[in-house]
Amino acid sequence: MSAPVIELSGARKTYHTGDIEFEALRGIDCRIFPGEYVAIVGPSGSGKSTLMNILGCLDVLTSGRYVLAGEDVSQMDEVALASARNRRIGFVFQQFHLLASLTAVGNVELPLVYAGIPPAERRERAMVALERVGLGDKSRNHPGQLSGGQQQRVAIARALVTEPAIVLADEPTGNLDSHSTRDVLGMLDDLHAEGSTIVLITHESDVAARAGTVYNVTDGQFVGAGTGIAK
Amino acid sequence: MRPADLLASSWRAIRSHKMRSALTMLGIVVGIASVVLTVGLGLGTQKDVSEQIAALGSDLLIVSPGSSTDESGMRGGFGSGETLTLTDAEALASEVAVPDAGDVAPEKTASLSLEYGESNWTTDVTGTTTSWTEVRSRDLLYGSFFTADDAEAGASVIVLGAETAQELFGTTSVVGQEVTIDGEALEVVGVLAEAGSSGETSLDDLAVVPMTTMVEQLDDSGNSESVDTIYVKAASSDSLSAASQETTSLLLNLHGLASADDADFTVEVQDSLLDAATSVYEKLTVLLTGIAALALLVGGIGVMNIMLVSVTERTREIGLRKALGAAPANIRNQFLIEAMILGLSGGAVGVIIGVGLALALPSVLGSTIVVSGLALVVSVVVAVGIGAVFGVYPAARAARLAPIDALRDQ
Ligand SMILES: Nc1ncnc2c1ncn2[C@@H]1O[C@H](COP(=O)(O)OP(=O)(O)O)[C@@H](O)[C@H]1O
Ligand SMILES: [Mg+2]
Repeated sequence: MSAPVIELSGARKTYHTGDIEFEALRGIDCRIFPGEYVAIVGPSGSGKSTLMNILGCLDVLTSGRYVLAGEDVSQMDEVALASARNRRIGFVFQQFHLLASLTAVGNVELPLVYAGIPPAERRERAMVALERVGLGDKSRNHPGQLSGGQQQRVAIARALVTEPAIVLADEPTGNLDSHSTRDVLGMLDDLHAEGSTIVLITHESDVAARAGTVYNVTDGQFVGAGTGIAK
Repeated sequence: MRPADLLASSWRAIRSHKMRSALTMLGIVVGIASVVLTVGLGLGTQKDVSEQIAALGSDLLIVSPGSSTDESGMRGGFGSGETLTLTDAEALASEVAVPDAGDVAPEKTASLSLEYGESNWTTDVTGTTTSWTEVRSRDLLYGSFFTADDAEAGASVIVLGAETAQELFGTTSVVGQEVTIDGEALEVVGVLAEAGSSGETSLDDLAVVPMTTMVEQLDDSGNSESVDTIYVKAASSDSLSAASQETTSLLLNLHGLASADDADFTVEVQDSLLDAATSVYEKLTVLLTGIAALALLVGGIGVMNIMLVSVTERTREIGLRKALGAAPANIRNQFLIEAMILGLSGGAVGVIIGVGLALALPSVLGSTIVVSGLALVVSVVVAVGIGAVFGVYPAARAARLAPIDALRDQ
């Protein structure tokens, strides 16, 4: 097998709120390989989003090691982390997080803007990504002119446009109706089939059931770690 | 990130909050408009004064008795006020001793009461020579100035200022009438055209008589030789300083003094009056500019205030941009450029309004406003600078936001 995209060893994260310390991650070890579709399930407050922030280079570990696509990111500074997020990670958030002032294609272009790609190439790649999620005809619409499911698909296109090492989706269907949920999950299935590496975070086990590998988190630890559930 | 994208991003943020951006700019607009106006007003007033003084003649030397005291107060000594004499004036008029001087006019002035019938009017009566009109740049409204023969003979003639004639006779057309001073009857031979006022003193309330008439009939000071002032007009304004030096050395010689440090008289150039007036208006300009600077400070604080609100309001956007790969510097620059664009637009609008008012106001106020191109350029640069300075803190706050906190913000 090829080298892992993600390699976490002894990952711990402690939050400090005033004098109170809270250990949100208590020693997690995990390896995710290219092309894998991994779901992380657990009850609310178990540490899923904390883990997602670490995996997405939005935050750093208190102790332990995190290697992303061969780069040790555990001790990176803000500037290096920003660059790692830009090049390696595609985010899909529960609240979509699209900028209302930009069109669909403008939103999809945004990661390429921070990568310093020239406008013509940017536009072309963003259009390709939008067509991949089936929204080629809505490229000039603003988020307010799109349904929830369509907005989340724009967000998926934005996550794909940089061809990241990994797509991180935190409760991507949490704000969607059942029709749009099926739509978005089907989209992730397609991406997986086309070879993308996906980490899906959810508290719903039926959503997790679509993934090749499911990790159950409880109190900041994996329980019954890494057992694959048949598709 | 490419600079063009940074600029576009800032511009879009400003455009998507039009009302707020306009209100933020308002402080800068008012500040810059007042800078343009106050600087223009200061320069304009200075120009007015220079022109008035130039009209009096900038080729004029004013010789007064007594030495001027310098800042240390060490010079001085004489200052008795009676050190200049008619002999000095005659010597100065000689072409040999003072080749660079043209006309010379001594003045001996006393405050006297003029009577005509029932009315009387007290004014400064000046004894002088026929060169006076030339030296003081005065014209006649009616009649003529006294003649050389009148001056020689000490004739009982008088020339009145327009205001004096008006006060005494109720009209200015009074040539041929008689006024009485101390029982001496004098015939009015001319009335001076109006010259306005210089500072506090009216140039139109005065009477002029031949020096001999003054000395022999009117003056009772007991010192018939002394004069109050000698005006020396340089042959041209180029020869002013040469004339000044020649005047000084001739007078030192006549008074038997060895060095200019001992001088019992003062030679002033009309220009030094100009300098004094200029310094007054420079101070005025500084004061007005200070007020305008305060207005700009308030405008700058407005920019900072709104930018801080904007950072708070756009916390989620900042978090998202960071998640997508924006480095802290990208975020900082975006907010900084937003503040600078607000400054630039505010400055540009302020300059337009300021120039508009500068063109419209003079006809209402009657004062000159000089719009200087340099002041306009400096104003706009200052406005951009204010945006930058007051944008630094909000921009740094935005750049420091942790992406997870920012994304969680609802
Ligand atoms: N920034 C923070 N400061 C302090 N405590 C935090 C912070 N973020 C999360 N936590 C705590 O860590 C725990 C795990 O949170 P989170 O990772 O958001 O769980 P999940 O996403 O599984 O619901 C929770 O108890 C939460 O209160
Ligand atoms: Mg969560």
